[in-house]
Amino acid sequence: MSTKEIKILAVDDSRTIRDMVTFTLKQAGFDTTTACDGVEALDIFAHQTFDLIITDLNMPNMDGFGLIENVRKGEKNPFIPILMLTTEADPEKKERGRSVGATGWIVKPFNPEKLVQVVKKVCTA
Amino acid sequence: MEEFKKIFFAECAELLSDMEARLMQLQEGSQDKEQLNAIFRCAHSIKGGAGAFGLNGIMEFTHVTEALLDAFREGRLTPDRKSIDTLLSAADIITRMLAEAESGGNPDIDMGIDVMKTMKSIIDGKSGVNHTAAAQAPAEKKEDNKKYKTVFEILFTPNHDYFHSGNEPSLIFRQLQKLGTVETFVDCAQIPSLGEYESQSCYLKWSLYLTTTAREEDVRELFEFSELYASIGIGVLSREEIAEESVQQSPISAEIIPMPETAPATEALKQADHKQPLSTNAVSSQNSTIRVDLDKVDRLVNMIGELVITEAMLRAQTRDLPIERFTDLLRGIDDLSHHTRELQEAVMAVRMQPVKSVFSRMPRIVRDTSAQLSKNIQLIMSGENTEVDKTVIEQLGDPLTHMIRNSVDHGIETPEKRRELGKPEIGSIYLSAYHQSGKIIIEVSDDGSGINRSRVLEKARQKGLVAMNATLTDEEIDNLIFMPGFSTAEQVTNVSGRGVGMDVVRRNIAALGGTVKITNTPGKGTLFTVSLPLTLAILDGMIVRVGDENYIIPITSIIETVRPQQKDLHHVQGRGDVQNIRGEFVPLVYLHEIFSIRGAVQKAAEGLVILVESGANKIGLVVDELVGQQQVVIKSLEENADHIEGISGATILGDGKVSLILEINELKSHLNRKNYSIAV
Repeated sequence: MSTKEIKILAVDDSRTIRDMVTFTLKQAGFDTTTACDGVEALDIFAHQTFDLIITDLNMPNMDGFGLIENVRKGEKNPFIPILMLTTEADPEKKERGRSVGATGWIVKPFNPEKLVQVVKKVCTA
Repeated sequence: MEEFKKIFFAECAELLSDMEARLMQLQEGSQDKEQLNAIFRCAHSIKGGAGAFGLNGIMEFTHVTEALLDAFREGRLTPDRKSIDTLLSAADIITRMLAEAESGGNPDIDMGIDVMKTMKSIIDGKSGVNHTAAAQAPAEKKEDNKKYKTVFEILFTPNHDYFHSGNEPSLIFRQLQKLGTVETFVDCAQIPSLGEYESQSCYLKWSLYLTTTAREEDVRELFEFSELYASIGIGVLSREEIAEESVQQSPISAEIIPMPETAPATEALKQADHKQPLSTNAVSSQNSTIRVDLDKVDRLVNMIGELVITEAMLRAQTRDLPIERFTDLLRGIDDLSHHTRELQEAVMAVRMQPVKSVFSRMPRIVRDTSAQLSKNIQLIMSGENTEVDKTVIEQLGDPLTHMIRNSVDHGIETPEKRRELGKPEIGSIYLSAYHQSGKIIIEVSDDGSGINRSRVLEKARQKGLVAMNATLTDEEIDNLIFMPGFSTAEQVTNVSGRGVGMDVVRRNIAALGGTVKITNTPGKGTLFTVSLPLTLAILDGMIVRVGDENYIIPITSIIETVRPQQKDLHHVQGRGDVQNIRGEFVPLVYLHEIFSIRGAVQKAAEGLVILVESGANKIGLVVDELVGQQQVVIKSLEENADHIEGISGATILGDGKVSLILEINELKSHLNRKNYSIAV
C-alpha cells in the first residue's frame, strides 16, 4: 500500500497539535490538509476528496463529535474513516464517539510512530 | 521538535491572554456556556501541547484547572468569586510554568501546588464527582520474558452498521497476518435475500485462527476500534512455551474463554441524541495568518528604507533634466516614487498591530489594584483594534499600566466618599485609542476626584520643586505631577507608590517620540492624552538649515514657526534669551551653539524660531531657515557611534547628504544645564 495516495484531513483548533500532526503525517508520506474547527473541516471536506479524517474533539464552532455526525449523515463519502484525537480514551468519550460513528481514536500525546501506525490501521489507499 | 515548541509557546501566550480576558468577563454565578467552553478549551489546548512535549508538571496542573472548568461548563458547579480568582491565579501559574519551560526547564508541579489544592478542594467540596489529579498510567504488569507460541481463536461479529463507522475488516485481517499465520472462516448465513439486502450493511461474521508469538494485548489492539461496533471474542486455544529450537505443532485444547458480550449497537444509536447545534458565536479571529520572524520584517523595513532613500536621490538628481528630452526616464521615476511609497506603506502595515495586546492586560490590573484598595471600579475600553507599530506597542505597556494604576489609586475615590459626593458608587476608568492625523492617541480618563491643585502646589513647594513665592497657572500646577521626585500620595502605597512617578511615564512616552498631556477637572476627574507616532522607523521631518548643516526636526513636536521681532526678544539673567510669543515667554536654544557650527545666523531676529514641544514645556529653536518637509527613514547611530546628546538618529537626504535628526527632549536638558552654569 503506497502511502502517497492517502489524503488526510487533520482538524484541531490548537496550532501546535495541527502542525505536529501535519509534520508527522507528511514525513510519513501522507498528503495532509488542515482545518481549525468542524465548520472549516466540513467546508474543505465538501470540496476535496479524502481517505481519512483525524479530528480533535474539543473545538470552537463545531466540535469533533459534531463533525463526525455531519460527515456520517452527509451525502459525500459518509463512511470515510474518522479518527478522534482525545486526551483521555475514557469509556464515556469512546461511547460518544461510537454513537456518532467515529472509526477509532488516537490518544494525545501521541508519538509519531503510533500516529502513523493508527492511520495505517484504518486507511485504505 | 524545537520548532513546534516555539509555536506552542506562542500559542500558549495567546491562549492564556484569551483565558484571562474571558475569566475577567466571567460573572459570578455565570452559566454562559459559550464563555465557559472557550475558557475550558484554552486550558485543554495547553494541556494537550504540554503533554506532547513531556512537560508533565504543566500537564498535571492544567489537568486540574481543566477539571474545575469542566465542572463549571457541565453545570456541576457555579463559578463564584473565589473560584474565578483561583482560576486567575492558576492562569498566572501556568504562565510562570511556561516561562520556565520556555527557558529550557521542565517546571515541577510544586510551583502551583497550593492553587492546585484549592482547585481540587473546590471540585471535591461541592461536586461530589471524583476527579483524579492526572491520568495516571496503570502500573505496568510485570512481564515475564518467556516467549509463547499461542493459537488464538477470534470470533468477530460486526454489527450491521459496522461499515458506517469507517472501519474495514480486511485491513484488520491484513494486520493480523503480520503477527503470524491466520486461518479465516467466513459465516455467510446472515446474508438476506436480494430484496432486503442493503449494500452498506454488514452481514458477515468471521472466525479466525491465529498462530503467533504475539501477546493477547497485541491481538486485541488490532480490534480496538472495532470493539465499539462489533462483538469480539478472543480466546486462547493453546499456548506453549517456545523451546530453544523446536517449534512444535500444538495440540488444540478444548478450553475456550467465554466471549464478552457487547450491547447491540443499534440500541445505543437510538438513545444517542447528541445534537451539535452550530454555534452562532463564531470566533472573530478567523482571518488566515502566517507567523513571521520579526527579524525578517525588520530587514524588509530596512531595505525599503534604503529604497526610499535611493528613490529620493534619483529624484533629486533628475529634477533639473529637461522633460521633453527625458520624458520616459522622468515618467519612470514618477512611477518608481509612487510604487516605493505604496510598498513602504504596505510594509509598515505588516508591523502594525492592534493595541489590544496591551489593552487586554489592563482589566486585570484594575481588578487587582482596586481589590487591594477596596474600591469599586469598572474599566471601559474602546478602540482596541486601533493599530500601531509593534515597537510602540511593546513599550506602551509600562506607561499605560502606571497611568491606570495612578487613576485607580489617586483618581477614583472610595465607595463611601463617592456616595457622599453623590457619584455612582462604581468608579469608571476609560481607556481609548484612535488615530488622528498620522498619530495614535490614547486617552486614559477617570471620573474620580481630579487633581487637588492646592495640595499639589503645597507638596511641590515642600519638596523645593517650586519657589515659595512663585505663582503658577492651573495648567502649570497640573503639570507638576510630571516633575521628577514628585509624589502626592500621603503614604507610599503598594499600588502606585513604587518609586516610579508620572515623570517616568512622560520620559517613556517621550522616548517613543510622543507626548502626554493632562486635563484636570477638580472634582470631576482627570484625562491623560498620550499622543504617539504610528511608527518608529519613519518620521515626518522638517529640514532646517543651520550654517551649512541640515538638521531634521520631527514634525510631531513642532508647534509653529515664527520670525521673531527684535522687540519680543529679551535676555533674562540666569535664564538666557527668551522670546515673548503672545504673552508667553519661551526660552530660546541656539542650535549653532549646541553643535558648534560656524557661519550660522547669530541673532534670533535674523533667523527663524521654531517653537517645539519639549515634554511639558515649549522651547524655541533658533535656525537659519526652513529647507522643506520630508518623510525620512530613521537610521540609528548607536550601532556605530555612542549616543550623542540632542541627536536621536540620522537619515540620508535626497542629495545623498547625511543629516542628523534632533532629539528635542534632550535639547531641553542642554538648555537647563547652560542656564544652570550661568546661574552659578
